[in-house]
Amino acid sequence: MFNASMPTSPGSMVNQCKFEEDEESDSKDIFITVDNPESHVTAIETFITYRVLTKTTRSEFDNSEYEVRRRYQDFLWLKGKLEDTHSTLIVHPLPEKFVVKGMVERFNGDFIETRRKALHKFLNRVADHPILSCSEDFKVFLSAQAWELTTYKKQGPGFLSRMGETVRAVANSVRGVKNRPEEFTAIQEYVEDFSNKIGSLDKVTQRIVKEQKEYLEELKEYGPTYTLWSGSEEELAEQLKGVAGCIERCCKETEEQVGHLSDTLVPVLHEYVLCAETLKAVLRRRDNIQAEFEAKNEALATKKVDRDAESSDLGFVWGSLLGKNPEEARHQRQERLDGEIEELKEEIDKLEDRVEWANNALKGDWGRWQRSMRGDLKSAFLSTAEKNVDYYEKYFIFIHTQITVSL
Amino acid sequence: MMADSGPEEIAVIGNTDLTSAELENNIKNTMVEIEKWTSLLRKMEISVGEAEKRTGKNTVNMQEIYTVYLIETRPVDAVTEGIIPAPDSLWRRYSEFELLRNYLLVTYPFVVVAPLPEKRAEIVWHKLSADNMDPDFVERRRVGLENFLLRLACHPVLCNDKIFYIFLTEEKGWKEMVYETGFQAKADSRLKAMNAAFRVKNPDKRFTELKHYSDELQTVVSQLLRVRARVADRLYGVYKVHGNYGRVFSEWSAIEKEMGDGLQSAGHHMDAYAASVDDILEEEEHYADQLKEYLFYTEALRAVCRKHELTQFELEMAAQDLASKKQQKEELVTGTVRTFSLKGMTSKLFGQETAEQREAKLQVLEQQIEEGEEAVKEKNTESDEFVKTAWIDIEHFKDQKDRDLKEALISYAIMQISRCKKGIQVWTNAKECFNKM
Repeated sequence: MFNASMPTSPGSMVNQCKFEEDEESDSKDIFITVDNPESHVTAIETFITYRVLTKTTRSEFDNSEYEVRRRYQDFLWLKGKLEDTHSTLIVHPLPEKFVVKGMVERFNGDFIETRRKALHKFLNRVADHPILSCSEDFKVFLSAQAWELTTYKKQGPGFLSRMGETVRAVANSVRGVKNRPEEFTAIQEYVEDFSNKIGSLDKVTQRIVKEQKEYLEELKEYGPTYTLWSGSEEELAEQLKGVAGCIERCCKETEEQVGHLSDTLVPVLHEYVLCAETLKAVLRRRDNIQAEFEAKNEALATKKVDRDAESSDLGFVWGSLLGKNPEEARHQRQERLDGEIEELKEEIDKLEDRVEWANNALKGDWGRWQRSMRGDLKSAFLSTAEKNVDYYEKYFIFIHTQITVSL
Repeated sequence: MMADSGPEEIAVIGNTDLTSAELENNIKNTMVEIEKWTSLLRKMEISVGEAEKRTGKNTVNMQEIYTVYLIETRPVDAVTEGIIPAPDSLWRRYSEFELLRNYLLVTYPFVVVAPLPEKRAEIVWHKLSADNMDPDFVERRRVGLENFLLRLACHPVLCNDKIFYIFLTEEKGWKEMVYETGFQAKADSRLKAMNAAFRVKNPDKRFTELKHYSDELQTVVSQLLRVRARVADRLYGVYKVHGNYGRVFSEWSAIEKEMGDGLQSAGHHMDAYAASVDDILEEEEHYADQLKEYLFYTEALRAVCRKHELTQFELEMAAQDLASKKQQKEELVTGTVRTFSLKGMTSKLFGQETAEQREAKLQVLEQQIEEGEEAVKEKNTESDEFVKTAWIDIEHFKDQKDRDLKEALISYAIMQISRCKKGIQVWTNAKECFNKM
């Protein structure tokens, strides 16, 4: 059983939310926390649930406060639904399903805390999004009891129709989009580069954590050697103990610094590595929508060509085989084609709207995402730099005191 | 060739054929000289300037490359009179330094002789190569050799040694001169020393304690140096990885509009941070070298202890020998056989010796006893003198050690402070840049 409870008074929640999102804190009308991980053991499996606490003044919610328990699968479901419904909006990533190292590590304390923080951030980002936060799925996620959620999940487009959509999407992506607007190509190029850079930063930072930990291990052996030496000396004993003390202090500070790095910078960089993948997926989906539209347009063009063509010999032959009047046959055929063309035009109109809506949604969200990204990364790097200054300052003061004492 | 401080002013205490009385007299003179501060350094500036590579044939007639070091000397007076003449100089290689030291060890067994810097780089961390030809290693060895010479020149006894003086001033023929002293024959065999160490009964307690101390010091300082090298290695890794931030920030800034400037300049600071570790660790090597010197000093301490054990053992042997001779005489005189001896048995079996035989034996014994008493007296004096002079030098060494190591530890702490200051500066700058993102 784990009990990492977060403060639940509105006042402290406001402070916490302010820390996360400066921009919209004045108009914030919903506060969500994810805390209190607990493990559940059933006959089939062991899993962890988190408490999701919501406080809101929004009218679409019946109550002003909700407390539910959700497991990772539920978050995954919510994300899927949001992406299905708003395929070109940028949904903040969820922490990964598995840790690379192995399943056993799933239930390690640090892993759970890291995941909890990421889930907390995920929900809050959704809550801050002007469109996503209005989603019915989101509302149900926050407010429904466990059995209600299960029932709700079973509704909606069936498995087969979703399969159909996926197949179409794959077919379109194979076909590719032909006339992508320049601005989206620019975004795609940026996303490629960004993905590389953020991936590198993630690796570099992990490497730094590793090196710092190894440094710390050696330091832990180093200090005691001076203490050992002081046992053999008279005049030098104080001095040697002093050096041992300094090294010990360095150990303490280094441990803190590594912890800070792991808590602050590493998770954020990791999140943005996942974000980059999300962006790529969003761009692909936008492309697919446009590809579908283009495909339909081409189909229309083909049909029109068909319709305007002089009576085809084949049609004439076929018609005469069936005993039809060639003139009549041609007329029937043209009527049929006209009907199909009208249908196509209607579909194309809808698709055109869809493309426009998708493009606008993405454009709008793109600016939003960039601002968030800047804010998040700036804040994380700033915090790291501050911690490093603090690290050296504290160590400096300690040594300085030691020297003045020994002199 | 030196002009002012000629050989006349050097008291040669290099000859172990001196009687104990002469030795005592010379030591007294030396004590006076200490008080007057007429160490060699007062007269001469000594430095080990450069190092050069030479090729030549070694003892098995194969080509070898070795390093020579330039020793420069200049009389102090010349400088203070406003004229600065060019220093006299000569070249010496490491093996010649070794020869000098071995000579001094044998000739002045009561002195804790300063150690030489490492022949090979033993305790290294990855940045330093273990290669003797590596310029950083050669440089540090140069400093170590200079330090060695300065230690000798400061030593109240050693500074007056003629061989030392000639080492500094005459390049040719020095080696032959050293061999001519025959010091190698006077060296105590290792076996002899080990034997004495095991069998000595009453060594001076102070020397026993000193031996233990030097063993402890050796163990703890070697361990310390090894761990320090590993710590340095790790620290190097931490700093250098930050250099990767520099590269990635720079590349990333190219695709960002608003964050570009902030990232770019932050990247430069990360590069500076990564580069700063080279100087930091170079300085720390100097600290390690100071510790290493005292690590190697432990061997010199042990050598003095061994010599004491040897002289004490020889004294004990001489006394034991004398006691047994005296006892033999007593037995002969009184006719009693207190201890079992073959002589006693044979006389019981085959009859007593004649009066003349006994008289002859007695005379021999008395002669031997007289000689034995002389020997014991001599060995006693020798041992006492050794203990006295050695202990003076040991106290002197202890003070020097405490002073030097105290200074080394303080300078180490100051190095850490300097590292902190650099760290504060870099990360404060980086913080400014991140703020602009």
